[in-house]
Amino acid sequence: MIDRRDDSDIEIERRFVPKAKDINEDIAWAQINKDVLRSMERPRPMYWVIFAASLALFGFGVFCEVYQYQTGLGVADLNNPQVWGLYIATFIFWIGMSHSGTLLSAILHIMHADWRKPIYRFAEAMTTFSLMTAGLFVLVHLGRVWQFYYVVAYPNERWTWPNFNSPLVWDATAIGTYLTSSIVFLYFGMIPDLAICRDTATGFRRKFYWFLSLGWQGTDRQWANFRVAYLTIACFLIPLAVSVHSIVATDFAVSQQPGWHITSFPPYFVAGALYSGCAAIITLFIILRYVFRFEEYMTMPILDKTCRLTFAIAMVWTYLNLIEYASVWYGNDVYAKETLIYRATGLYAPYWWAMNFLGSVVPFMLAFKSMRNNLTIMMVVSLLLNMGMWLERFMIISPTFAHGYYPWTWTSGWWPSWVQWGIVLGSFGWFSMLFMLFCKIFPTVSMYEVKEMVYHRSEARKARNL
Amino acid sequence: MSKVHTMALFNDFEEAGNALQELKDSNLAGFRMQDVTIKSPIEHPELSALLGPRPVYVQLFTLFGAVFGAITGFTLIASAQANFLLQIRGGRPVVPIPPNMVLTYELFILCGVLMTALGCFIGWKLPGNRSPLYNERVSEDKIAILVKADSAAITAINAIFTRHRSLEIMGEYD
Repeated sequence: MIDRRDDSDIEIERRFVPKAKDINEDIAWAQINKDVLRSMERPRPMYWVIFAASLALFGFGVFCEVYQYQTGLGVADLNNPQVWGLYIATFIFWIGMSHSGTLLSAILHIMHADWRKPIYRFAEAMTTFSLMTAGLFVLVHLGRVWQFYYVVAYPNERWTWPNFNSPLVWDATAIGTYLTSSIVFLYFGMIPDLAICRDTATGFRRKFYWFLSLGWQGTDRQWANFRVAYLTIACFLIPLAVSVHSIVATDFAVSQQPGWHITSFPPYFVAGALYSGCAAIITLFIILRYVFRFEEYMTMPILDKTCRLTFAIAMVWTYLNLIEYASVWYGNDVYAKETLIYRATGLYAPYWWAMNFLGSVVPFMLAFKSMRNNLTIMMVVSLLLNMGMWLERFMIISPTFAHGYYPWTWTSGWWPSWVQWGIVLGSFGWFSMLFMLFCKIFPTVSMYEVKEMVYHRSEARKARNL
Repeated sequence: MSKVHTMALFNDFEEAGNALQELKDSNLAGFRMQDVTIKSPIEHPELSALLGPRPVYVQLFTLFGAVFGAITGFTLIASAQANFLLQIRGGRPVVPIPPNMVLTYELFILCGVLMTALGCFIGWKLPGNRSPLYNERVSEDKIAILVKADSAAITAINAIFTRHRSLEIMGEYD
């Protein structure tokens, strides 16, 4: 066989074949179990600092909610036209945050991108807890929390069903479906690891993992069924995740409000959701890597890939944002154009410009390798990106209400009360608290998939060396 | 003759594969490849292929769930819409297709996912089916071969395991 590789091929390979490995291929399987299980037993003290801070924030949120519940929605400073305030803006933020975990995990699973394996578990957990947090805001903004079941599709005592043509009914169903499917996907992917926990735990924890691992013994029949089921659920989740945020977008897009009645809203929402989810994955990646001593598994090359993916999605979001501005600016809808001008020059202008800066300019820092290799910078950037995405949701809700068709709304300059801010902060505490609890009870790195990753890569290396 | 179980632990897939291949070629009386089970910390399709075809029926459950979900979803919504005594629709259809597709689609996925999970659990024969022999080192890094065979064949099977450097042999012998 003649070797046809010339110098240019070798040069291309030298430049483009990554040298840094996603994971150490020589790590022993038993060591993987040991490292991950140890992380659950003995995290760094920072774990307890984060957990205590989350608990404090959550406690403050509960206090605000109880105060609002007992005093009335008036303390939230909601009024007409500002009927949704931060509650629905933050609801959309959390729904968006939920997107990257399960969606990216499913896409990367189908594409056999094995670098997802050490990080997908916490990303999926992030999805589940984000959805649970988003659900809270539906209840909070109702005011009359005890009537929450009004949002669910069921017939009332007169046997009259809700309006199935309403996007709000679609919303409740889509989010319910997404939450259920995400929990199934998360749990399903965790069963072999729960069996590992069962085999090493003692006392009550052993019984707990024994129950959850459903008798998993890693038999060939179990693996075969598991693989097919896991792949099938992943295939279902991709269109589901897209549909959920498209449906949230239609809550706005099918209305006649200026600034909302825009055709590109569904893809814009989906891109924004992926964007904020990816930024959150970077934040949690850095936190978990330090707190649980996962330096061996949550490696810099994997962070690098995640950052590049986030940059690509940020550019998609920026493009769709510009499309929205352009279609409003050059369109014939004077009211929508007025609302756009109001966003850029009115009461909310600093936040609108901050959103554009944080969402479209800051991500360019992800384009530089030297930045991507610096954990502190990446932590700050990921937080800024999510701040930008939260502002995006705020900018969708409040300026539109403040500059609607009716001139009397134009003087309704509005700023949320401390109660609203408290509940929003409380939601971050609630999310962090659940997430940190999850990380302490369940393995956040998929042990069996990291073993697969190590095995296949070392086999490939052996084949190359032959 | 009574059937008993024996299980051997191996260090890696290669040794387990060699032992399986010899078992397959041995034509021992009182032993069938259908009664062999591999237990491993990760899936190894090449090793499982030595056991012969073992069909998976999860997709049938998925298909049933997805079709059931779509039909149920649309029927539920359409029947609820048609159930109103007064249909003041201003010329619009009583059962509009495009908006109903949204919930039909969601139920299609929900039932598909739930039935897939159920199908997988049934495929595992849960909750009753627990393999009689298990070693916790399987969940760490070892590969186990579990065989159910006539008690007369067990000695020969264990000899094959020993030849292929099994680390430990566990038995369920009378």
